[in-house]
Amino acid sequence: MTPIKKLLQVTSSPHIHSTESISSAMRDVLLALVPALLVSLYFFRVPALLLVLSCVSSAYIAEYLCLKAMGKQTPVKEQSAVVTGLLLAFCLPPTLPLWMGALGSAFGIVIAKHLFGGLGYNIFNPALIGRCFLLASFPVAMTHWITPIDGVSSASPLGMLKESMEGSLPSVTQLLVGNVSGSLGETSAVAILIGGLYLWYRGHIDLRIPASFIGTVFVLTFIIAMVNGKGISCPLFHLFAGGLFLGAFFMATDWVTTPVTKLGRILFGIGCGSLVVLIRVKGGYPEGVAYSILLMNVVTPLLDRYTKARVFGREQRNG
Amino acid sequence: MSLKDEFTKGIIKENPLFRMLLGTCPSLAITTSVDNALGMGAACIAVLLASNTVISAMRSIIPNSIRIPVYIVIIASFVTMIDQLMHAFTPALYTSLGIFIPLIVVNCIILGRAEAFASRNGVLASIMDALGMGIGFTLALVLVSSFREVLGAGTFLGMPILPEGIPAILMILPPGGFITLGCLMAGLNKLQEKFTQQEA
Repeated sequence: MTPIKKLLQVTSSPHIHSTESISSAMRDVLLALVPALLVSLYFFRVPALLLVLSCVSSAYIAEYLCLKAMGKQTPVKEQSAVVTGLLLAFCLPPTLPLWMGALGSAFGIVIAKHLFGGLGYNIFNPALIGRCFLLASFPVAMTHWITPIDGVSSASPLGMLKESMEGSLPSVTQLLVGNVSGSLGETSAVAILIGGLYLWYRGHIDLRIPASFIGTVFVLTFIIAMVNGKGISCPLFHLFAGGLFLGAFFMATDWVTTPVTKLGRILFGIGCGSLVVLIRVKGGYPEGVAYSILLMNVVTPLLDRYTKARVFGREQRNG
Repeated sequence: MSLKDEFTKGIIKENPLFRMLLGTCPSLAITTSVDNALGMGAACIAVLLASNTVISAMRSIIPNSIRIPVYIVIIASFVTMIDQLMHAFTPALYTSLGIFIPLIVVNCIILGRAEAFASRNGVLASIMDALGMGIGFTLALVLVSSFREVLGAGTFLGMPILPEGIPAILMILPPGGFITLGCLMAGLNKLQEKFTQQEA
């Protein structure tokens, strides 16, 4: 038998390769977090820097040990653990003892990420699991807020709203800049917006989630404010105070734990927004962004399944 | 199997909690302190011992088609006795275990041993089986609760070990129970894998 001469070289798809990889995407996310990081370092100084370093290094070490224990490739090839550590540090109060930050970071990486199968298989956002673990475990340390620069103990803006200390509420401008007490990286809405828009420009996030998330919070708090006879400042306050922007741009857009269909993403954002308003207005906690995103993470597979696009040429669902 | 084997199998090889995954509901709920674990373990040993003995002795006269209701009636009688005794003599433990004492009636370990062992084996073997399974369950509860009490409350049997502010309260909340049980089970599976590889 003579070998048949290959007339045509056939390979399977995909035929066009992108230079983009998980590592390059993670680098972009890190870059997008830089503005918020700089603002938090300016306002909260050395404690903030130490907390960020302890969270990031603990996440990296936990990632390395997990990969090693599970016989996967080491050293760590991409920076997702660094992103997790940084995001966790961003939603912690600046005065938190360093070992607690490190513990939360390791908890998120080990329990929420690697025990579920590692990158790409986790159901919940590891950084948010780390935060909820810390909040449930150390409620006192996790709700101790300080004012920026002087570092005087003070309630967070949403806490003030909850305790109806209306007189001492910060102005919307202060909230935009970040000159208020709160978690490390959540205080400055502008810095987060810059990072979020950069990610959108680079094509890493779909604006459907943050837009529907933030939009739902605005519409619902606007209605509540109208019913209670308060002005436009109330919904604006809800938008810029607390972790809404950080959650909407960096956590609700996590590639792994959120829906992939367009309609699913919009529903995801609406669900998150409604839960945030429900927790803030009616719940026991002043802030609910972390829980709302985690709760919506649970229904992500369902959203994906029910919003699946109809395959062209197949029969109609109800026809 | 010899009587000794019937006794020892419940402790490691067929441990009701870690190997057979039975009785997980009380194991998750009451392992917040070692005290509770010991109390629950003792109550289970007592009920299991009594029910296994009686069911094994009556196994030839219990009609097969209604055996489950009969087992439940026997088990429930013993649980009621234990419940009343604990109420009278250990009121503190009784309050902290709460609903989980009457719930021993539906504990899978007890009904499981009645169905799988006592109804097919002699009285002496059933007693050894009950003792082994009961002690195995107690040891498992104590293991889980030691981790949870030390990490979550900073105490062991009520004695303070860790300074204030260090323990993570989550560990004595429900998620801590699931996490501890899951991690311990994974660790024990890994250990067993190692041992069986060495034997082979």
